[in-house]
This record gives sequence, C-alpha cells and structure tokens, in this order.
Amino acid sequence: MAEHLLEVKGLKQHFPIKTGFMKKTMLKAVDGVSFTIDRGETLGLVGESGCGKTTVGRSLLRLYKPTAGSIKYHGQEIDDQNIQGFRKQMQVVFQDPYSSLNPRMTVGDIVGEPLDIHKLYKTEKEREQKVVSLLELVGLNSDHKRRYAHEFSGGQRQRIGIARALAVDPEFIVCDEPVSALDVSIQAQIINTFDELQQKLGLAYLFIAHDLHVVHHMSRRIAVMYLGKIVETAVADDIINLPMHPYTQSLISAIPIPDPKQARERHRIVLQGEVPSPLNVPSGCAFRNRCRWRQDICAEQTPELRELAPGHEVACWNPQMPK
Amino acid sequence: MSQPLLQVKNLHTMFPTESGEVRAVNGINFSLERGKVLGIVGESGSGKSVTAYSILRILDNPGRITQGEILFEETDITKLPRNQMRQIRGSKISIIFQDPMTSLNPVYTVGNQLMEAIRLHTSRNRQQAQERALEMLELVGVNEPKKRLKQYPYQLSGGMRQRVMIAMALACEPDILIADEPTTALDVTIQAQILELMQELKNKLGMAIIMITHDLGVIAEMCDEIIVMYAGRVCERGTADEIFYNPRHEYTKGLLRSIPKMTTTKERLTPIGGSPVDLLNMPKGCAFAARCDRAMKICLTEQPEEIEINPDHRAACWVNVKEGALAQGGQNNG
Amino acid sequence: MSDYHPDQIPQKKPFSLQLDVSKFEPATAAEKEQHDIMRESTTFFKDGMRRLFKNPLAVLSIVILVLLIITIVVAPMVVPYGYSEVIRVNGQRDRSVTNLRPFTYSQLEQQAIDEGQQVFPHIFGTDELGRDYFIRVVFGARVSLAVGFFASMIVLVIGLLYGSISGYVGGKTDIAMMRIVDVIYSLPDTLMVIMLSVVLDQVLGDSLKGTILASIGNNMLSLFVVFGVLYWVGMARLVRGQILSIKNNEYVLAARALGAGAGRIIRKHILPNCMSVIFISAALQIPSAIFTESFLSFIGLGVQAPMPSLGSLANLARGGMQVYPYKMLFPALGICLIVLSFNLLGDGLRDAFDPKLRR
Repeated sequence: MAEHLLEVKGLKQHFPIKTGFMKKTMLKAVDGVSFTIDRGETLGLVGESGCGKTTVGRSLLRLYKPTAGSIKYHGQEIDDQNIQGFRKQMQVVFQDPYSSLNPRMTVGDIVGEPLDIHKLYKTEKEREQKVVSLLELVGLNSDHKRRYAHEFSGGQRQRIGIARALAVDPEFIVCDEPVSALDVSIQAQIINTFDELQQKLGLAYLFIAHDLHVVHHMSRRIAVMYLGKIVETAVADDIINLPMHPYTQSLISAIPIPDPKQARERHRIVLQGEVPSPLNVPSGCAFRNRCRWRQDICAEQTPELRELAPGHEVACWNPQMPK
Repeated sequence: MSQPLLQVKNLHTMFPTESGEVRAVNGINFSLERGKVLGIVGESGSGKSVTAYSILRILDNPGRITQGEILFEETDITKLPRNQMRQIRGSKISIIFQDPMTSLNPVYTVGNQLMEAIRLHTSRNRQQAQERALEMLELVGVNEPKKRLKQYPYQLSGGMRQRVMIAMALACEPDILIADEPTTALDVTIQAQILELMQELKNKLGMAIIMITHDLGVIAEMCDEIIVMYAGRVCERGTADEIFYNPRHEYTKGLLRSIPKMTTTKERLTPIGGSPVDLLNMPKGCAFAARCDRAMKICLTEQPEEIEINPDHRAACWVNVKEGALAQGGQNNG
Repeated sequence: MSDYHPDQIPQKKPFSLQLDVSKFEPATAAEKEQHDIMRESTTFFKDGMRRLFKNPLAVLSIVILVLLIITIVVAPMVVPYGYSEVIRVNGQRDRSVTNLRPFTYSQLEQQAIDEGQQVFPHIFGTDELGRDYFIRVVFGARVSLAVGFFASMIVLVIGLLYGSISGYVGGKTDIAMMRIVDVIYSLPDTLMVIMLSVVLDQVLGDSLKGTILASIGNNMLSLFVVFGVLYWVGMARLVRGQILSIKNNEYVLAARALGAGAGRIIRKHILPNCMSVIFISAALQIPSAIFTESFLSFIGLGVQAPMPSLGSLANLARGGMQVYPYKMLFPALGICLIVLSFNLLGDGLRDAFDPKLRR
C-alpha cells in the first residue's frame, strides 16, 4: 500500500486558560484528531466556530506545539528538530488577506521572502525571475512586485498569499478559510486558482472552511468537526447526500440553498440550543445535549470513529441512516 | 391597491473624503409593501448597507444624502427634523446589525438596554417596561429570560445576542424591520435558528422586512422580492423565482454562475473577472461594463435604464434591449 | 433595413435619443480596460508626509525649528563675539559695556563708531560681565538642543533594546523585566539627579579636567547618567506594547510558517511596523529632556560656567529681573519656542502616521 503523504494520529492541542484567581482550566481546542491525506488529494475540514479546525491546521504545521499526538509526513515523524526542513514541503494560506501580508513590505519582498529564508537562488537575477514567475502563476503580473499590499483588493491579496506559499515549491498546503473573507464573485476566482494549481503542480490540500458549498466543491473527502473531535469522515458527495451523524445532518439541512423552490420544499432540522463552551465539554459525546436521538450511553462513553460503510467513518452510538 | 409602506425614489448618498467623493448610492428606487420581505443583494461596495443607513438617517458623518426622497407612509423622511426622525427610529422603523458582539453596549445589562428602547418610545413606567422586556425575550426564544435580563452581553453567546438585538428592535412593534446582514457573523446552525425566528415573527407581528445580505442562499429562503445592487445602483429587481430562474442582468447571471452549489457536479466555476469598481472613480455608463463578457460599446458610454422583462421583473442591462431587438428582427424576417 | 422597430420591443421608458445600432457591437478588451481605472500608488511614508503638511500647527513648528537651527548654526559665523569673551573695545577693557540694553552701545563703542569703526550691534545687549548676550543665548540654545538630542538618543537605544527583548521573548522573562521597570518608574527622578550630581562631583572631582567632558561639567554628566538609568523606562514600555500587539498579527505567523527565525522576524516584520510610533515618542522626549536640563540649570545644577545654557542664563537673569527684564525674556522665550515646537511637531507626526486614522 502506498504511504500516505500526511498521517495525523491522536492530535491534541490544549491551551491553559486562567478561569479564576490561581485557577486554570484546559481549553481542549483539539482533542484527539486523526486523519490521512494522500498525494494530490484535498481533504476538506468543516465545522462551526470553536470546533478547532483552524487549530488543527496550525498544530499540523507546528505553529503551536501540539499537546499530544503524532504527525507523519512521507512516513517521517515531525518534531521540533526537523520541522525547519519540512517547512519547504508544507505551507499555509491564511484567511484574512488584510492582516496576513506585512503592510511595510512590497509584494516582491513578500513573495521573495521564502526564497531568501531558504536560499533558493544563486543570483539576484534568478530571484527576480522566480518572483515574477510566481506572480504570473497566480494571475498577477510583474509590475505588481513594486507595489504595496494595501493597494490591492482582497482577492488580489489572497493571490499574493498563495504565491508566497508556493515559493518554496511545497507539496502540501493548509488552506485556512482562504475565501471566507472575500466577496462572492471573487471567491470563485480564488477557488479556481486553487483548482488550477492543484492540477498543474500536484498539490495536496487540507481545505479548512465553514462554508460547505465551497468545501464540497474543492474536496474529494470531507471531515466534519465538532468541539475538537472529528465526528464524521466520508467522500464529499456522501457527506452531503448520506450524512449519518446527527450533527452532520443538521448542518447540511441548516445551510441555505440558493434556489427558492428547493428552499421552500426542503425539510429543515433546526437544532436547539447553542454550542457548549470548549472549556466545559459535556462528558461522553459532546453533541448529546443538542441531539434528538441521544441515548444513555451517549453520556457515559465517548464514541470513536467507526467505519460504517466503505470509506465512511462516523463517531456516534446511534447513527441515523438518512432516508 | 394600497400605497406601499416605504418608497425610495432616486436616492443618492455620498461620502466626501480626502481623496474625493465616494458615491456609495447612485440613484436607487424601490418600494416595500406591508408584511412583505424585500431582499437587497450585493457585495461589499454595492451600497446596500448605506441604503439602510440612509433610510434611518444614521449615516456616519460626513456621509449625507445628496438627492432623492424616502417616503414612509406618504411623508418624506429625508426632510424631517431630527426630533421627529428620532420618533420613527426604533418605533416605526427598526434595524438590526451584523455583528452582535459590537452592537450591544458591554457596560449595560441586557435588561437595561431592552428597557431603554421600550421607555424611549412608549409611556410605560419602569415596572411595565420590565414586563414588556420579559415578553420580548420570550418571544424571541431566549431561555431563562428573567436571568438574562440581569446579564451583560459578554455572558451571552452570539446567537443569543442576536436574539436580544431582535427583541430590542421589535419591542415597539415597528412597521418595518431592516436586517443588515443579520446572520453573516453567526454559525450556520445558529443562522438557521435566527432565520426561522424572523419568519415566525413576521407572521405573528405582520411587519415588513428589508433583508440585506450577500448570501444568495439566505435571500432564496427568506425573500418575496429581490433587488440586486452593484456600485450603488439597482441592476435587477423581481420576485425570487424570476431572479433565480430567469436572471437578465449580466452581474446577476455572473453571481449565480460563480457560487458553488452542492447539487452540481464539480465543474470549474465561472467567476466574474476583474475587481469591484472603485467608488471614487465611477466610470461613465454601466458600472459593471469592465467586468462584463457581453459588454457592448453602448455599455461604456451610457447608463442603462430599467427595462421591463415582465410585470414582475425589471433589469437595467443593454443586452436585453439588443436581445429584444434581434428577436423582433428575427420574427419579422422569418 | 434596420432591425429596430420601436413599437415591437418590450416596453421601456422612451429614449430621448435615437438608438444607434452600431453601439450594440461588443466592446473590445482595450475599451474595457480604459473603463477600469486604478489609483496611483503611494507608500505609507508619502501618505503620512502629505497629511503632516496639511496640519498648520505642525508646519509652523517645522518652520520655527528650521529657522532656529539656521540661526544657531550661522550666528557664530556672523557675530564676532565669543560666548565667554568679555568685550574689549580697541583692546581696552570697557567698564560701561556691562548690562547694555539691546541695540545700544557703550561709551567706548560709541566713540569707536564715531571714529568710523564697525562695531557689530549687541542684538540682545550684554550681560553683567560684559559678554554679548545674543551669542550667549545662541550657545545656550545649542547646548540645550544637544543635551536634549543626546539624552533622548540614550533613552531610545536602551528603551528599544530592553523593550524588544521583553516583548518578543515574553513569558517569565517579560514579567521579570517589567517588574524591574515598575521599580525604576517609581524612583523620584529629580531627587536622583541632584544626588547623583553631588556624588559624581565628589567622586570624579577634577579627574575629567582637560577632556571634552570637562567643558560640559560634572552636572551635565550626571544628567546623562540619570537619563540612561531612569528615563528609558517609558520608552521600554511603549516598545514592548508595540511588539506585543504586532506579534499577534497574522503576517508574523506567516513568516514563522515560512521558516523565518526570530532575528529575521524582529528585523523585517516587527520593527518596521512600529518604528514610526517609537520614533515619534523619541522626538517627544527631546523637549522633556531640554526642560529637565533647563530646570536643573535654573537651580544651579546645570552646565559649568562659562558655558551657557538657556536654563542657566535664566537663572543668572533672575537677580536683575526688575531692572533688566530682557535678560530673562530671551532665554525663557528660547526654551518655550523649542519645547513648544517639538511638542507640536511630535503631535503632528503622531496624527499623520497613525494607521488607525487612515481611511
């Protein structure tokens, strides 16, 4: 069996938070997450705010030091010693195009910085050429390298961020909500850019977003997160059409559909209550307080991911087969 | 047929800045009937929020309305003196904003803020105002309302705060509720709750709603009539079915083509090229022309007028004139 | 035959002009590009300078400072008197040359003028020892500005270093470093300066005679020492605050994800983004240093005579204030102008470069 590009097992990221005088509670942002990604594949990671998806992305890249768990890239375990080497293969594109670019640097400097850090050129001219080709790869042109980030629109800035990530020629990119802050008409441009680059360069993506439409479009497989754990993983179409976890089902039904007839005819599952605070995760299954199919066992034991259909894993004691 | 509740006629709003005049709204017209939901769709810079603020006259200084009329129950509220305008705000026309985190005052309790709205516009005393506040909290589905009255905004979640905002807006039973991106900052499951709540309240209280958003899904769910805005102008207006199934403006078509839908196969999206228009340098002619695949020479020089496609549907796009002309010509020659 | 039949097209508002069919040809890409205008490019610096020059008070203070600097640079070249030179006329000591009013001459000088000699006017008159007052005020201003400048340099360097380490490293180091700052902040500075100058005087005594430091005197030295020991804390806090807030920006995280080391991040990402704030704060230190020096000189702990400073001149002028009010007026005016101008300029710079005020 070919090895996975990226293998994450039992990733945990806990943050100590002061909750009182001399009192600390653990914020379990990520509490035991496992998944794999293959070469050239896109895994979508969805969930609502507070589910820990952004933290997964950052822990993966060791921007936070993981509390527990193993991350293997090409079969090699990543730790504090060898992470620098891996930075050339694993990159990231951030959500906010307004704060992820240094306002005092020109575009040429921003895109060229990774080249400088990893010494990826021998002469000035070579660096210049690489910067220009990166800009053109994402749909900008060489005139832009002398300008400053604030002169560009949100979509263009996001392209600059992508060019910067591509400078080190990575194999894998963590896309942390890369289109959420953009206008609808620009989102499509950037989504297409990601698609084209994936085809051209054989990139693998961890595509983190809260908009299921976008994630469904981009990903081969999707993992749904709730309060720090993955509750369901399946092929994208199955998540949308055959969701088995009660949370996934209500998530799918809650999404507004841009189609008036379907909107009128569909049956909505509207969840009661709010997402519990990650400081105070309910025992057993974290979703049980809002679940209409909860049973006693749900309060006692935390469900693990089990494969209920080929390639379709669900963490639930009482999964509902969709009609 | 009764007169519409609200009529906006040829509204122009502008912000003078160091770098020039930002023309946020450039001549829009629409009307709102009692008990209906009107959706205003547009992206950032389209002028939809500025329109709402213009109606309530809560524009940020130095913005101002430079032209046009806004008729509420036959009175032009752009010309009202300030004290009379204040009587309309909150009691006849209310607004709820996008970010529930920042729209509630963090140093006052929820009850305090609710009662402020009530006591400003009605003659209730403190006791009665508190009862009414409790009523409103129950109406909007806030659990443990008595406890919530004494809590501060930071103690509530996003969805809860948005409900409180809705309670504040509806406390005086306004005729019109303006909702400016009310669910954009909320999670999807909470969004569903809030939208359902708004539908319920609309049916119960019979108010009209202006729903401002960029989310086409929300628009499809909630709205009877829709206007699509771009660069401060109305591109297209019509019923929800007309706009979604028979779009006639190139911008609307572009928007509908560019959103990923879960039901389609994974073909490449067709985005709208180019970047949003710079409101400081408004071009002549149609503001969308530079990004439009079917732009014609006339689009660059003359602003299109609204062309009636059918009684429920009008679009401001020269392509419709051309298509109409060619269709007629074809009929004649055939 | 035209395809256009006005009565067969879907109903629309009547056009005032006849429709021209050729206008319905597709627009070319070139025509569309012209439609799409992009604004001209400005950098942060240019933008800030433009806003600075729109501020009338800031421009006024720049003008005053420039004129002042030109004066104190040019004056010694033009005025033939030294700051410690007792005026002699034709080599003769002249007892009547003391305490002259501005633009008046002593008896001997008047004689010399009648004889046809050129005597440079005493623009501010003379002091009680017969030295030209104008040149003394000019030199006093030089000393005050130099002291202000060097003192704020010391504050900037130490504060910047301390604050950046504390802010960037964070954690327990930061806490410890900031507690030290708190202690130092609570020490009484004026008292310390006085004590230190007395101590330094005794300790160093005459050992510095003959060096350049002797001309400014032990008191000035103690002033610099105290600035170096005490006054940097405000700057350190400011720098630390800036670094803490910038550290949380996503572009810093992005740099880490690219593999940048701490040094690179501080140099290229953090410092450039807070330099303007720090710089302005340093500029505002200058008037405060000048004021402190003037105050010390006023109470007699300032520069060593005969070197004047604006404060010491004011002190000397105290005695004869009722008879010779101008002697107090000129140095006091000098202090006011310098301090006010720097303050206004600093405020103007802060307003012009404050990123939150940008649209």
